[in-house]
Amino acid sequence: MKTRLLAAGLATIAHSALAETPVLTVLTYDSFISKWGPGPGVEKAFEATCACDLRFVGAGDGAALLARVQLEGAASEADVVLGLDTNLTGAATAMGLFAPHDVKAKTDLPVEFADPLFVPFDWGWFAFVFDKTKLATPPKTFEELAASDLKIIIQDPRASTPGLGLLLWVKAAHGDRAGEIWAGLADNIVTVTPGWSEAYGLFLEGEADMVLSYTTSPAYHLIAESDDTKAAALFDEGHYLQVEVAGKLAASDQPALADQFLAFMLSDGFQSVIPQTNWMYPAVTPATGLPEGFDTFRPEKSLLMSPAEAMTARDRALAEWQTALAR
Amino acid sequence: MADSARPLNALALVLAALLLALVAVPLMAVASRATGFALAPADWAAVRFTVLQAALSALFSTLLAIPVARALARRRFAGRSALITLMGAPFLLPAIVAVLGLLAIFGRSGIMNDLGAMLGLPKLSIYGLHGVVLAHAFLNMPLVVRMILQGWQAIPAERFRLASSLGFGPAEVARHLEGPMLRSVLPGAALVVFVICLTSFAVVLTLGGGPKATTVELAIYQAVRFDFDLGRAAMLALVQFAICGVAAVIAWVLVRPAGFGAGLDRKMKLAAPLGWRQVVDAAVIGLAALFLLLPLFAVILRGVPGLFELPASVLAAAWRSVAVAVASTSVTTLVALAMAVSVARRARGAAMIEAAAVVPLAASGLVLGTGLFLILQPFAPPTSLALPVTMLVNTAMSLPYVYRLLLPEARALMADYGRLADSLGLRGLPRWRWLILPRLARPLGFGAGIAAALSMGDLGVIALFAGEAQVTLPLMVKELMGSYRMEAAAGAALLLVILSFALFWICDWGGRRAAA
Repeated sequence: MKTRLLAAGLATIAHSALAETPVLTVLTYDSFISKWGPGPGVEKAFEATCACDLRFVGAGDGAALLARVQLEGAASEADVVLGLDTNLTGAATAMGLFAPHDVKAKTDLPVEFADPLFVPFDWGWFAFVFDKTKLATPPKTFEELAASDLKIIIQDPRASTPGLGLLLWVKAAHGDRAGEIWAGLADNIVTVTPGWSEAYGLFLEGEADMVLSYTTSPAYHLIAESDDTKAAALFDEGHYLQVEVAGKLAASDQPALADQFLAFMLSDGFQSVIPQTNWMYPAVTPATGLPEGFDTFRPEKSLLMSPAEAMTARDRALAEWQTALAR
Repeated sequence: MADSARPLNALALVLAALLLALVAVPLMAVASRATGFALAPADWAAVRFTVLQAALSALFSTLLAIPVARALARRRFAGRSALITLMGAPFLLPAIVAVLGLLAIFGRSGIMNDLGAMLGLPKLSIYGLHGVVLAHAFLNMPLVVRMILQGWQAIPAERFRLASSLGFGPAEVARHLEGPMLRSVLPGAALVVFVICLTSFAVVLTLGGGPKATTVELAIYQAVRFDFDLGRAAMLALVQFAICGVAAVIAWVLVRPAGFGAGLDRKMKLAAPLGWRQVVDAAVIGLAALFLLLPLFAVILRGVPGLFELPASVLAAAWRSVAVAVASTSVTTLVALAMAVSVARRARGAAMIEAAAVVPLAASGLVLGTGLFLILQPFAPPTSLALPVTMLVNTAMSLPYVYRLLLPEARALMADYGRLADSLGLRGLPRWRWLILPRLARPLGFGAGIAAALSMGDLGVIALFAGEAQVTLPLMVKELMGSYRMEAAAGAALLLVILSFALFWICDWGGRRAAA
């Protein structure tokens, strides 16, 4: 009797939950949903149009996100995964867990971009950031950097997405000479950190002359701290792109709502939040334009491997990196 | 053995089994998703480096701690008690906060290099194996100092008096009293430091200087996140356990009960040697205080400006952390007490209890979290379990420390008073009330303090589970750093340190008060 009552009670609860507004669950990285990230602004804007409840679930950083998707598999409660970059989407596609999207809006990426499964929502150029007051003439190529006695901090390609980005940057720019470039850089590298925030924190504490970050990093200091001393070094080889994307899970129980979210993602309501919360370029420049400082450091040449190329290049590039730096 | 010991022993065995299951079942869950179990050649290099850095860290932390603990044990000076408490603080720092504090002193633009530059010395680099060992000594030496200090205080004062009436010089005291005491404390202390350093991640990676300093934990990271090779991750986690097991056996073989016998608990001033030894002791205490407190001071200086711009969500996270810490500390302390007293009575299954009390230290946070995730996800949304899971994992992770602190004193207690209590028929609750709890109050309080502070700082597992509403303070520090807000992050980190230290101090103070 007791169990039957309990079951009836549970059924009532479940039913009333069903009757409520539909819930769209978006799995993303932690800094996206933090109070200072785009999450709160995006949630407000989307909920104003969708008659739904948008729920973000955080899963560590970009790389942890991919592991999480794979761990959850088809049982995931998530409908949309937001925050993978194109160096990871090759593996994500291979998992077969994502469904094709039908978003056709034009994007303002500096390269041609089309992917049947993933829609880009922001992007940035990797770059070495430095302090103008301490470094007057930054290097213009990886080779100049290697020849200099400047000290740099980078992230570990085995633990972080910027670290992986740098690995592929050197590979895309120098191909078979990548190992040689890394050997030259070895004595410039102060240390290799597990993630972006440790590296950037160390740089701000004065532990190195330059740090691997983004061309938009100086804009943060300019806008949020009225500090214009930070700059990004522009390299002649071109700069590797990080393109952050979102995709719909095939097992989603809200496919229509997920499509609606992906379409909304490229609208002003989402895109205008990005620059000053994620400090990246919005995939579609919003009507209000870009904030101050976003046009200061624009590389002329952009580099990007396709997801498949990135996936094949990674293991060899990683081995070259390890060999060169372990010496 | 008194009959009253049986239910306790049964309880301790059950708890030990649960603890082993908590570590083993998630590992099996990870392994069950594996497609193969091959290790790469690079993994063996990682194993070698991991063992090397952990062994060196354990060696230096313990060797440096001996003179410090000895000087503190035999000298009395104003502020001694405050210094002892404060010197424990580095152990409570979250890894990245500790690293930034150390860099303010030893970094490329730290005080040491600034001083060196004034004297025209070349720049010293902290990055490399020596930096890793330095950081681990900074983090773990305070714990070892406290463990040895407890050992010194556990030598009955009557033995020192006997020694002086026999005309023992410092050399004889060292041989007959201090040596046996160290023999009973050091192997366990070194083991704990070794195993902590085995799984150390952010410190080794940040200060290691590059892929030469690759650890097993990093290899696990790569296996889980980029390669999604769960078989390799499980294998690496097993290797980590195996190393821990070998170290535990070595410590077991080395440890010898000191066997000083009971004293009369009289408070008496120990006659400390004078002359040059006094100067050396002063120098040792001074240097240790500088080494441990300067980076701590840097953490405070960095954090103060940010402390005033913390948003309200940080306070919510802080309360969440405190609640988790209080809950897991209560459980940890009780479990550790049951296990330590049971082992001290040489109850049946003591070996299993001993194993269960060390193994969680060697558990890879990522494998444990991933395994728990795999197990729990089919039953409930992970976010709804974030805090209970964190509590459980914190309990398992902090138990070894509390247990390690309790065991030597519980052993001495049973050796000294066990038979007397038996012959008096003191058993059951009165035995706890009049004998065990009062005599173990000091290590219990200190252990609870360590457990509370560890739970405050731990973020290994919560990151996999937490949603917006479950963010704890350490996770908040990470989020702030991840969105460029380094100043606010330093403020939140300072708040974390203050709260951890406050919890630690309350427990430690309570224990010492109850003992006195």
